[in-house]
Amino acid sequence: MKLIIAYIQPERLNAVKQSLYGSEIYKMSVTNALGCGQQKGYHESYRGVDIEVNLLKKIRIEVAVNDEFVKPTIAAIIDGARTGKIGDGKIFVMSLDECIRIRTGETGKEAIG
Amino acid sequence: MKGRWFGVLMGAMAVAVIVAMPVLAQEVAVEEAVVEEAAAEVSENALAAFAIDNLFIFIGAVLVIFMQPGFAMVEAGFNSAKNTVNILFKNVMDLCIGVLLYYLIGYGLMYGDSVIGGFLGWGGVGIGEFTDAPAAGVLHPQVDFLFQVAFAATAATIVSGSVAGRMKFSSYLIYSAVITGLIYPISGFWKWGGGWLDAMGFYDFAGSILVHAVGGFAGLAGAIVLGPRIGRFSKDGKPRAMPGHNLPIAALGVFILWVGWYGFNPASQLAIVGADNTAAVMKIAVNTTLAAAAGGFVSMLLTWALHKKPELSMALNGILAGLVGITANCDSVTNVEAIIIGVVAGVLVVLGIKLLDKLRIDDPVGAWPVHGLCGVWGGLATGIFGGHPMVAQIVGTVVVPLWSFVAMIILFSVLKAFGMLRVSAAEEVRGLDIGEHGEEAYSGFQIFTTE
Repeated sequence: MKLIIAYIQPERLNAVKQSLYGSEIYKMSVTNALGCGQQKGYHESYRGVDIEVNLLKKIRIEVAVNDEFVKPTIAAIIDGARTGKIGDGKIFVMSLDECIRIRTGETGKEAIG
Repeated sequence: MKGRWFGVLMGAMAVAVIVAMPVLAQEVAVEEAVVEEAAAEVSENALAAFAIDNLFIFIGAVLVIFMQPGFAMVEAGFNSAKNTVNILFKNVMDLCIGVLLYYLIGYGLMYGDSVIGGFLGWGGVGIGEFTDAPAAGVLHPQVDFLFQVAFAATAATIVSGSVAGRMKFSSYLIYSAVITGLIYPISGFWKWGGGWLDAMGFYDFAGSILVHAVGGFAGLAGAIVLGPRIGRFSKDGKPRAMPGHNLPIAALGVFILWVGWYGFNPASQLAIVGADNTAAVMKIAVNTTLAAAAGGFVSMLLTWALHKKPELSMALNGILAGLVGITANCDSVTNVEAIIIGVVAGVLVVLGIKLLDKLRIDDPVGAWPVHGLCGVWGGLATGIFGGHPMVAQIVGTVVVPLWSFVAMIILFSVLKAFGMLRVSAAEEVRGLDIGEHGEEAYSGFQIFTTE
């Protein structure tokens, strides 16, 4: 079991969702995130005074998958999120100790299912 | 230190008073002489009636100008959070640009003397002198301008809703100048300036056609030339909802508009002194209220039947639809007929929204169904219920919206050809607030900008 966390551009979320669905991955959590990597910030101004916005709006996607789904999930996220420009985002993969479905008490592979 | 400054200040004031005294006395003497002279010709009653009628129009003008925040709130509430600064800005500039251009050329074009056979008028730059004797029903040109410019700004600001979320700010300013400076005053002249539509007997009391349909069809032209927002229709053409981000603000806007309409319709009687005028004004106010209520109620019922749940945003549009429908005929119909007009408007607005979805035209706030479609309904209802000649009503109801639509298709197409019309796809998705203004409406809040 792996937990895959991806940070992507907000406007790519729809494309990423579509490609995940295409690979039969339907379960995910999506949250707003603020962050920065190599991409420079953008400028805002308020009453004529510049504000440098360092932290950019990003979307964080979390998907818990069984081992055979790790590669398809990563491929689907890249397929949906890549534009080739700085700021496309990153994917982190980490091992997952346990997973429990609250309703049934199932654990492990079945719970992720 | 404080005491010393106080002393100096008092001394300066005393000097000012002593210097000013003779001048003031002189002015008072001059004013008294003028008043005495006027009083010799005009009775006290006439002066009072003049004051009341002008005050009535002034209050009406203020109420109509107060419709601007109503539009701003409706449009901001019905759109996404990432475009809020942009939509507010467009509404604010509609009034600022509208006032200046209507002063420079619009007012002269709309209420001047006929130059080309009832199709074009010109009365000079700015506002004319007050030359009439004060009496009941005589309006000072300055207050008349204030009332008229409020209507012009209303026609202009309708469009910002239908082009929301994708039109460049700079292009919008050009559009705003053209509609208040040229398009609205020219078709306004055809009827209210005494042009050819007036001559053939066309009737539009407060502007279902001349204000609302002009704005609504200009908005439709904008929505068509711009194309839909990214993600509004799926690849196979199915409409996708892009919900408004703040329904409390949208509801407040509709309530403000409803209240503002008591300036729009009743004050269009242009006088309240005299039993006939007073009675007309009060009937207009009640008819306006009944149509708004009927429009909102019926829209709710219809969406309840169609979608299994009553839908607030549609009911809000229904209220506005009823108000637009009654605007042309509120002085000519009975209370019961006002309710019928509101009921039909409430149905039409829901059908209009569905029609635009079928045609894949993206009008984010429903400006065309409300102002265009129900404006046309108001024009026709004036013939059906108001007893005005039907042929003239049909001609006016077809020609004026068509004029606005065609003129705006041309303007928006020219802007599009120069690449000035629409923001880039990346900017549209990130939001126009950041792209166009570098300023966000909800600083410190996290908003989703994922579509």
